[in-house]
Amino acid sequence: MTELIASTANLPAAGEIEPLTPEERAEIEHEISHYPNRQAATIEALKIVQKYQRWVSDGKVKAIAEVLDISPDAVDAVATFYNRIYRQPVGQKVLAICDSVSCWLLGCTELMDHASRSLDIEPGETSSDGRFTLLPTPCLGACDRAPVMKFEDKLITNLTAETLDWILKS
Amino acid sequence: MDFETPLTARIKANGEVTTLAEYRDAAGYQGLEIALSMESTAVIDLVKESNLRGRGGAGFSAGLKWSFVPRGEGTARPKYLICNADEMEPGTFKDRWLMECDPHQLIEGMVIAAYAIEADIAYLFLRADYEVAAERLQQAIDDAYQEGLLGDNICGGSYSLQLYLHTSAGRYICGEETALISSLEGKRAVPRAKPPFPQVSGLFGKPTVVNNVETLCNLPHILRNGADWFKSLGRGEDAGTKLFGVSGRVKNPGCWEMPMGTTIREILEGYAGGMQDGLKLKGFLPGGGSTDFLTEEHLDLPMDYGAIGKAGSRMGTGTMIVLDDQTCPVGMVLNLIQFFAQESCGWCTPCRNGLPFLRQLLEDLEYGKGRPEDLETMADYCRYLGPGNTFCALAPGAAEPLQSALKYFRRDFEEHVNQGGCTYRQQAKANG
Repeated sequence: MTELIASTANLPAAGEIEPLTPEERAEIEHEISHYPNRQAATIEALKIVQKYQRWVSDGKVKAIAEVLDISPDAVDAVATFYNRIYRQPVGQKVLAICDSVSCWLLGCTELMDHASRSLDIEPGETSSDGRFTLLPTPCLGACDRAPVMKFEDKLITNLTAETLDWILKS
Repeated sequence: MDFETPLTARIKANGEVTTLAEYRDAAGYQGLEIALSMESTAVIDLVKESNLRGRGGAGFSAGLKWSFVPRGEGTARPKYLICNADEMEPGTFKDRWLMECDPHQLIEGMVIAAYAIEADIAYLFLRADYEVAAERLQQAIDDAYQEGLLGDNICGGSYSLQLYLHTSAGRYICGEETALISSLEGKRAVPRAKPPFPQVSGLFGKPTVVNNVETLCNLPHILRNGADWFKSLGRGEDAGTKLFGVSGRVKNPGCWEMPMGTTIREILEGYAGGMQDGLKLKGFLPGGGSTDFLTEEHLDLPMDYGAIGKAGSRMGTGTMIVLDDQTCPVGMVLNLIQFFAQESCGWCTPCRNGLPFLRQLLEDLEYGKGRPEDLETMADYCRYLGPGNTFCALAPGAAEPLQSALKYFRRDFEEHVNQGGCTYRQQAKANG
């Protein structure tokens, strides 16, 4: 017990609220107007913050909770459920390689290994220079052009090791 | 082509979007005008009569689904229509095409469905990763508002509908209609017990209908051409056309609109061009990752809900995933079970605990730690995960490829036990 208390004491103090920017707030209010209650816009709020900040910090979770008039826990329960919300910082570019069945049939496992070796990180990690985060992703709905990946918001189809090398060097 | 393709007729070969002007030139929004000139109950009757069945996977009659919505004075308001555009079934890529290339067809379909159930508000629930579709749909929605096809007093009449685009943030479970409703309320996408059914108590506790993209896209054409025309499009017992897709190691993977009841052979060998050189067909999932395997003996079956059901599988989304003879069926099923285990929402025990357990057994098999009794254990677990034991259809669907693989590819499973791991990998290594 003492140990636990001691180790908790070393953690940073409970985060302050990180206020929403005027743009974030305006866009969230716009989305709230589409629903009969404010909580319904939780996912939109998280996505809006992430669009500007690239991830959602504890402080922003608190700020979203305030604007939606719900508890920070309720916001975090949603934030941690959906795989496209990042609760930790990501690199400058996110590579999300599809690992579902059609891409598996077309060799996505080898492509993931290739990216992982090239960046010297495991899937789920960010390269030491902070440039790339490598993620596995479920089916991207472009199975006729497998293997596929998302490079930020862009869909890359018929992915090869050469394309990956080119992206990682650019 | 000797058949009509109403759903894809306006889609351009270059993948560019059909604009509102182009859509209207091709008889667009005429179906809506016809619907608005009818009693809403007559629209439901027409769609019932047309035998339009849900294209999201379950195949339930669209008109019948609508008819459960309470009507008239004293009904809880607002009523909602939701378009399920959360296309995340592994191996499925049909709705993306319809939304990216012809967004007004979907919007028109949504307004018709909303009118039929007297909905006040409609939401288009789009999966996170379809950014191109999101951009084009939002543009189309804005254009439709601009021209009085959405909003107050649609087409100058008395019906009003607000339509909003909601883009999701991932998770397969959002495609389950009650989980989708939870998600749209800004919560974790956890399915709900039925009853009450969404038609009575759905989004925000109000009457709600959830329809798939392709289902809704059929409506403008049914309104314009009638129920008999729609029924005549199908070759067999089911009405209309269907988007069929093929992925895997075939020569020409893709998605095509064909009559309901087209044979699997025509789709696989004709449109998809058969297997890549040097490969043979071993089996296929006829309707996405959560359907039972079928094999060569089923190639001449028509793609009809009933025929595929009788063969022990489901037509599901109509997008097939092909397994060739040089790819390991155990590995393929492991990949699928891994997906379903990861995407389980964790709400009910058989799914949350059963799927990771199955993944472990399959991994053991692949990597040389499988035991003979594991095959029976897996078969037992497929039954425990079956219909009636879980909150929603995720776990029963996850069991389908495994239970059928145990039946059709039993020898492969046994050899994995006897040979100490994946025989396909061993063979590939031996071949250098």
